[in-house]
Amino acid sequence: MTNQDGPPEGRSIGDADAATTRSAGTAVPASGRAPRPRASAADPTPAHFRRLHPLTPLLRGWVWLAGAVAFGGQDAIRAGDPGRFVLILPVIALLGFGAGLASWWFTRYGFDGDALRIDSGIFQRRSRRVRLDRLQAVDVNRPLAGRLLGVSELRLEVAGGSTTEAPLAYLSADDALRLRAELLARAAGIDAETPEAPERVAHEVPLGRLLGSTILSGTFVTGVVLLVSLGGAFVVGGDEVAVGVLSAVFPGALAIGLALWNQFGRNFGFVLAESPDGFRIRKGLLDTKAQTVPPGRIQGVAIRQSLLWRLPGWARVDVDVAGYAGSSGADNSTSSTLLPVAPVDEAVGVMRLALAGADPASIALDPAPRRAAWLRPIGWRRLAYGADDRVIVVREGVLFRRLTAVPHAKTQSVRLTQGPVQRKLDLATVHVDTTPGPVDASIAHRPAAQARRIVEEQAVRSRLARKVDVPEQWMVTHHDGDGAAAASIDQNGSPRVPHDDEEQDPPRHRDPG
Amino acid sequence: MLWTLGLVAVVAGIGWWLVDWWVAAMAVGLGAVAVGWGLWLIDRNWRAWGYAEREDDLLVTHGVLFRKLTVVPYGRMQFVDVQSGPLERRLGLATVQLHTASPASDARIPGLPPDEAARLRDRLAALGEAQAAGL
Repeated sequence: MTNQDGPPEGRSIGDADAATTRSAGTAVPASGRAPRPRASAADPTPAHFRRLHPLTPLLRGWVWLAGAVAFGGQDAIRAGDPGRFVLILPVIALLGFGAGLASWWFTRYGFDGDALRIDSGIFQRRSRRVRLDRLQAVDVNRPLAGRLLGVSELRLEVAGGSTTEAPLAYLSADDALRLRAELLARAAGIDAETPEAPERVAHEVPLGRLLGSTILSGTFVTGVVLLVSLGGAFVVGGDEVAVGVLSAVFPGALAIGLALWNQFGRNFGFVLAESPDGFRIRKGLLDTKAQTVPPGRIQGVAIRQSLLWRLPGWARVDVDVAGYAGSSGADNSTSSTLLPVAPVDEAVGVMRLALAGADPASIALDPAPRRAAWLRPIGWRRLAYGADDRVIVVREGVLFRRLTAVPHAKTQSVRLTQGPVQRKLDLATVHVDTTPGPVDASIAHRPAAQARRIVEEQAVRSRLARKVDVPEQWMVTHHDGDGAAAASIDQNGSPRVPHDDEEQDPPRHRDPG
Repeated sequence: MLWTLGLVAVVAGIGWWLVDWWVAAMAVGLGAVAVGWGLWLIDRNWRAWGYAEREDDLLVTHGVLFRKLTVVPYGRMQFVDVQSGPLERRLGLATVQLHTASPASDARIPGLPPDEAARLRDRLAALGEAQAAGL
């Protein structure tokens, strides 16, 4: 890296190690210009760093204890000697608790420069820095047990992370809120002491509607059919048949139950609010979740309506947020929900909010040509796209209607694909790529010449839009353009390691105002 | 091509072992046809690959039956990979791949001479840096 005068930050989000650097591992930031972690295993944790909540070992340890009881207990009972197990159990519990305690003692977090740093590990120390300008979302989760004990888990979503980069579990509820406010203030580029911004509730989902939306879903209908057929099997075939059927459908029933829970339990009491810090979402019946998605972090919006939801005229709104797609388990499907169910016009209103004022409903749509029917016999009439100077809008779906909008500024790349049949029909499909997530904008089956024109136009539109996009530090008006970086792999295949002189890059700094 | 040959060898071996020699013969025959067809296609396939460095974006196109054209703005580029496997190295070739924040962006340019690959990498990195925008 020879260019020393550019802003020093790298911007590799394709790799988790770019937005967060870990000094203990061997990982090298994909971006050669990412500031090298100054913290290293040898670098002691600063004194002002704080520990997690003292109840952490207990909250984390009970899972292990439950596992030990479940497996060991079963084993002991089978062996006919439960007495010895009862004696061993406290030892296991003590050992587990001791390990948890040690891990808790050695885990400390705090701000180091303009990054959040988390040091952990007993034998192998790990120091991890999360760069706040790459912050995509902050979630405060409170599992049921945590709610009873008054503690929360704070999750930072950083673009490109394959997992949630920094789950701080657990913090006391107050600490979590205070830390969130500080993280957001720092990421916004304003004074860290700034208290949490006020908010305006944009939408609340009433219980009745949420219940209705759960009942009016394909999953629920399938579940009912399954139950009825199971009852039928009991009546007609007697117990033996029923047991067979039950064991066959049990996994399916479990999946259905989980899907229904995802819609009802996780979205219970859903509140969407907007604030200068972006969207705030609060939801959850047993485990509660409070998400904050700062301005300019929404990469794409889709509004969907299933067949059954057409009866009451409901729709849902999903968004792409970089970082959410990589988070694990059930979280990734539910974190991307901006609105689980709302009347269509209100959903469109929320979509407009998410697009920072651009109105997808007002854009004139250009339908696909009639010959698209050869490739899409059902639904070719619904295929349409439109664009204004801020967003590109794609409509599709007959049974499951969908309207997708991607801001030009968030277009990652534009692709044109054409299969053999499409070529015979002189059609082509244009894909507007966004970060991973539920939103997928592909403009299917356009006349080939038009498709090529769309690709060209979209490239121009996205370039122009990027220049006026919300800066990463959204409270800072001055925007000097980020430094970009590209890492490389040498011919011999070894990752390029930045040299020492690259560490001398001046600290990242953007003057406010 | 190499994959086809490998597959043929495996199928022929298993066929002979499990059934009889005629299975192996059939596999070899089919393989020969596939290789012949592949050789015939290879020229068309090779000619279909192309890339163009424009002022603000990189164009990559490939595919004969399924045609693809990718436009990646330099400002959207997250990092560039240059890869060269053992066989590629032997033949003096390298592959340049651009990554954006979207895994769908498919901007891979195979079969470049190493010098050209290095030049492209450096140029892309410089341009990406100059035009970079937030995510």
